Amino acid sequence: MDGREVIVKIRDLDKTYYSKYGKTHALKDINLDIYKGEIFGIIGLSGAGKSTLVRCINFLELPTKGEVIFDGLSLSSLTEKELRKARTSMGMIFQQFNLLAQRNALDNVCFPLEIAGVSRAKARERALELLELVGIADKAKSYPSQLSGGQQQRVAIARALATNPKILLCDEATSALDPNTTSSILELLRDINQKLGITIIIITHQMSVIERLCQRVAIIDKSYIAELGKVTDVFTNPQSEIAKELILSHGIKDISFTNERGRKLRIVFDGRSTYEPIISNIVLEAKAPVNILYADTRNIDGKAVGEMVIQLPEDELLSSNIIAYLKQININFMEVEENV
Amino acid sequence: MFEAAVIKMIGMGILETLYMVFVSSAIAYLIGLPLGIILVITDKNGIHPMVAINKTLGFVVNIVRSVPFIILLITILPFTRLVVGTTYGANATVVPLIVSAAPFIARMVEASIKEVPEGVIEAAKAMGASTFQIIWKVLIPEAMPSLITGSAIAITTILGYSAMSGFVGGGGLGDIAIRYGYHRYQTDIMLVTVVILVIIVQLIQDIGLKLALKKDKRIS
Repeated sequence: MDGREVIVKIRDLDKTYYSKYGKTHALKDINLDIYKGEIFGIIGLSGAGKSTLVRCINFLELPTKGEVIFDGLSLSSLTEKELRKARTSMGMIFQQFNLLAQRNALDNVCFPLEIAGVSRAKARERALELLELVGIADKAKSYPSQLSGGQQQRVAIARALATNPKILLCDEATSALDPNTTSSILELLRDINQKLGITIIIITHQMSVIERLCQRVAIIDKSYIAELGKVTDVFTNPQSEIAKELILSHGIKDISFTNERGRKLRIVFDGRSTYEPIISNIVLEAKAPVNILYADTRNIDGKAVGEMVIQLPEDELLSSNIIAYLKQININFMEVEENV
Repeated sequence: MFEAAVIKMIGMGILETLYMVFVSSAIAYLIGLPLGIILVITDKNGIHPMVAINKTLGFVVNIVRSVPFIILLITILPFTRLVVGTTYGANATVVPLIVSAAPFIARMVEASIKEVPEGVIEAAKAMGASTFQIIWKVLIPEAMPSLITGSAIAITTILGYSAMSGFVGGGGLGDIAIRYGYHRYQTDIMLVTVVILVIIVQLIQDIGLKLALKKDKRIS
């Protein structure tokens, strides 16, 4: 992706909070390039620093050290006024939607336009267009309290897009929504990314959100970027402990394998072998039965990707045959520990 | 039941009370509203932190608020004379009412504005809003129902204070109640003024609540 234009460049960014209890390092040595037009995910456990990171991108939080370069502008070099202008090119949506409770949907979308000094008539026209785009033009006169969570987030998305921003920052935008609504909001975001070409940066603690939407991901752990890469690569072949934990725990966490005897493997399908009957082949080639403990496949960025946890026979020889076969056909796998 | 003169006097008392209450409320709000907003935004976690100003203002507000109204009324008599040229009657009462109510209103406004969720303010900042735009387009409109409820409380409190000023000849219903009820033992006149005061308080409270409810879009 080196040929692509960088829209957000983060260099050596540190964020330290000082309080009477001492120093807290929220972010350390963050270096990131986010490309124009991509959907970039930032994932981490709560407290990892991802919310601070997204707020450093639009300078709601000032970095203690390092630089944020947005569309060629170093944000730390800007005056207060220039920074406010730059922010109109960065939309943001939130977990709690943060709509103005005393304004109806239409006037909420008008709000950033009023701030930017757009005339009332033009603002309303644009706001209606946007409500149309996010699919709730019929709710223009409704107040936030009359809207469901999903509808409120749609209004928030329309509001964030009002000033034609170049990037859209999403801070846990689906974390307060139920699974169905989450899906529809994720689809809307994908749609907006494709239609408008807007760069989207998503902060989440849900691996499923990253899988379904993002092309690249950064995994934040204890203030550092633990892993960075294409979602398909990170998902099929996680390198860091935190990546393994996030990926494994996402589907498998509710299932306990500790009572099962024998070695257990997590096999990852990376989309290359979607049409090969791998399990049947294992059984036929290694001449040993395997037990499927968990299986899940889904569509990630257009590829059929999945994971499966299988239990090997207790016989050492048979299980090493299976492992040898997996290596031979170049399938990604890893041994699952007793306590996943 | 009463002579025409008494009725006329009570009528005048009502008008005087309303005059004192509304003039001093209006002016006290002109001072208290900006003061309350400044207290919120200059807080160390506010949108425009200025800790020294915040601390100083907070201190002054607390000092004035801790002086009981009746004592403040007497203490600032020279100031009152300087401003309105007299220390008797409704106009003279308006001055201490404003001095006493403005800090109280500032605290009420501060509490109302602080109810606006942090996230909404953050969203406005993310959209590039300036401090002034956040105050004008976010803080005040979003806090409006609470500000209205607060103003009903503030006005009824000022009404109570205005009655106290009767002790120093401040005019209005309180003056009548004290002159006739306390000094001349005409309990009936005092009772009537008390009933009228109760009715006025009820009315202000009622109107305030209804307005706030009508304004508030959070409940549908």
